Amino acid sequence: MAKVTYIEHSGTEHVIEVPVGTTIMEGAVKNRVPGIDADCGGACACATCHVFVDAAWIEKTGKPGSMEESMLDFAEGVTPLSRLSCQISMTAELDGIVVRLPAAQH
Amino acid sequence: MPSRIVIVGAGQAATQAATSLRAGGYDGHLVLLGNEGLLPYQRPPLSKAYLSGAMGLDRVVLKPMEAWDEDKVEVHLDAEVTALDRQAKSVTTRDGQTFVYDALILATGSRVRALPCPGADLQGVHYLRSIADADGLGQDMQSGKRLVVIGGGYIGLEVAAVARKAGLEVTILEAAPRVLARVAPPVISDFFQTLHRDAGVTILTDVKVTAIEGTDCVAGVALADGRTIPADLVLVGIGIIPNAEVAREAGLKAEDGIETDVDARTSDPAIFAIGDCASRPLVHYGQRRGRLESVHNALEQAKLAAAAILGLPRPVEEAPWFWSDQYDIKLQIAGLSTGATYSVVRGDPSQKRFAVFHLDADNRLLAVDAINAPPEFIVGKQVIARHGQLAPARLADMSVSMKEIGAGA
Ligand SMILES: Cc1cc2nc3c(=O)[nH]c(=O)nc-3n(C[C@H](O)[C@H](O)[C@H](O)COP(=O)(O)OP(=O)(O)OC[C@H]3O[C@@H](n4cnc5c(N)ncnc54)[C@H](O)[C@@H]3O)c2cc1C
Ligand code: FES
Repeated sequence: MAKVTYIEHSGTEHVIEVPVGTTIMEGAVKNRVPGIDADCGGACACATCHVFVDAAWIEKTGKPGSMEESMLDFAEGVTPLSRLSCQISMTAELDGIVVRLPAAQH
Repeated sequence: MPSRIVIVGAGQAATQAATSLRAGGYDGHLVLLGNEGLLPYQRPPLSKAYLSGAMGLDRVVLKPMEAWDEDKVEVHLDAEVTALDRQAKSVTTRDGQTFVYDALILATGSRVRALPCPGADLQGVHYLRSIADADGLGQDMQSGKRLVVIGGGYIGLEVAAVARKAGLEVTILEAAPRVLARVAPPVISDFFQTLHRDAGVTILTDVKVTAIEGTDCVAGVALADGRTIPADLVLVGIGIIPNAEVAREAGLKAEDGIETDVDARTSDPAIFAIGDCASRPLVHYGQRRGRLESVHNALEQAKLAAAAILGLPRPVEEAPWFWSDQYDIKLQIAGLSTGATYSVVRGDPSQKRFAVFHLDADNRLLAVDAINAPPEFIVGKQVIARHGQLAPARLADMSVSMKEIGAGA
């Protein structure tokens, strides 16, 4: 397990233990954290799992793949901290990561 | 507002309906009736990451039981509904339990079409709809075995890709002149045929299966032209049938799928139908209606039904969309190409990154098939939903970005 802090657009925080090897998206969806829709269930096909990774953690999450990058390019309010949360697998290194959720995914 | 809502079926659409009802402020009684003995799960991985072993059952399940409890949903997973009494406003299960409703949501999905030929019940003949199916198929899929896939649709092609990677010998049998004939244009069919042949798959088109041969276990697949293709296992993927019987017997309009209006409401105002089992107005395509077999359709109709039940504004319908993963290729499709008068290819198929746009006589975009091409898919999806027009020459010009193209439509 590794800890993820999800901060909703409203400021509400959810601290969740997410199994290593599963994704930040799955941690949110399975624990009813609102704000991540994940319509495609993690297939990198829908871009409704957009999050903003805390600046202190962005390096550790690695670089987005080319499919993710080009999906993200069209997400609402994208910044250099944007990632698709279904493409970030939890590792022990990411224990404690903080991500912020956008106002809406659609 | 109703105070007792019953959802029949425990799949993708049902789960979204429950979530949207609670998110929309519904605090009455909410019952979920399923018949698979499993919590609702996603089906797309069954022909992809679950079948290959990359994703386990816990990850395929949509939400754990605790999440259902927290949402205060009364979940029954061995409760197959066999009768609907619209006068009494109740449904009855196979084992005789009765549940009354103020509003009923039918989310019963679909089942596989059975192969209508001798030998189809031999051991080693598989279909793929459920976790149980995927487990059975996965167990038989051992390296070196010969798999014959009957039906060159998405599920057949996805299984072929997983099987090749697992070291099986794979033959695809397709009755039409090309794979994906019902759902994709020739350029896309050609692309996937080349992709699979390059991966070592044998594809036979224009062939008719007459029998599965074997004594206890499958040994081969007999074709009308006299050939027999040797096989250790067979996957049949020749389409689905909507689970509409309970609705039809109760007198709801359900010719090919349970007919609904734009709010996912059936011909009975207290009953809604969502997902694979429903036939809905295709709002971006004039007066047409039809069944859509996709996750997006299941989610969207669930949201429409929840909003209608709660008296909330109707969510804006997106263009229908779908995806498929095979090897390192992601296909994303938006829209419906029926009625298109011509198509434009953008990009180069040999680079494994291109898209096919389908337009009508007024240059209105009806559909796009995108291969490893998210910008084409995303912009296309948006343009379709706003019924935008595109200039074919600009569309084919890779020096004009999709953002620029979208801004002008
Ligand atoms: C192998 C496979 C791969 C797929 N890949 C993709 C993909 O990549 N992208 C995509 O968009 N779509 C894909 N799909 C399609 C997608 O999964 C379906 O469109 C979607 O699951 C439909 O959701 P649903 O809720 O309508 O039906 P389902 O998810 O099938 O749920 C219906 C549930 O109701 C139950 N039920 C039926 N009758 C009764 C009854 N009388 N009483 C109680 N319960 C009942 C069923 O057993 C089932 O559990 C795939 C489907 C399969 C099978
Ligand atoms: S869940 Fe669809 S792209 Fe992440």
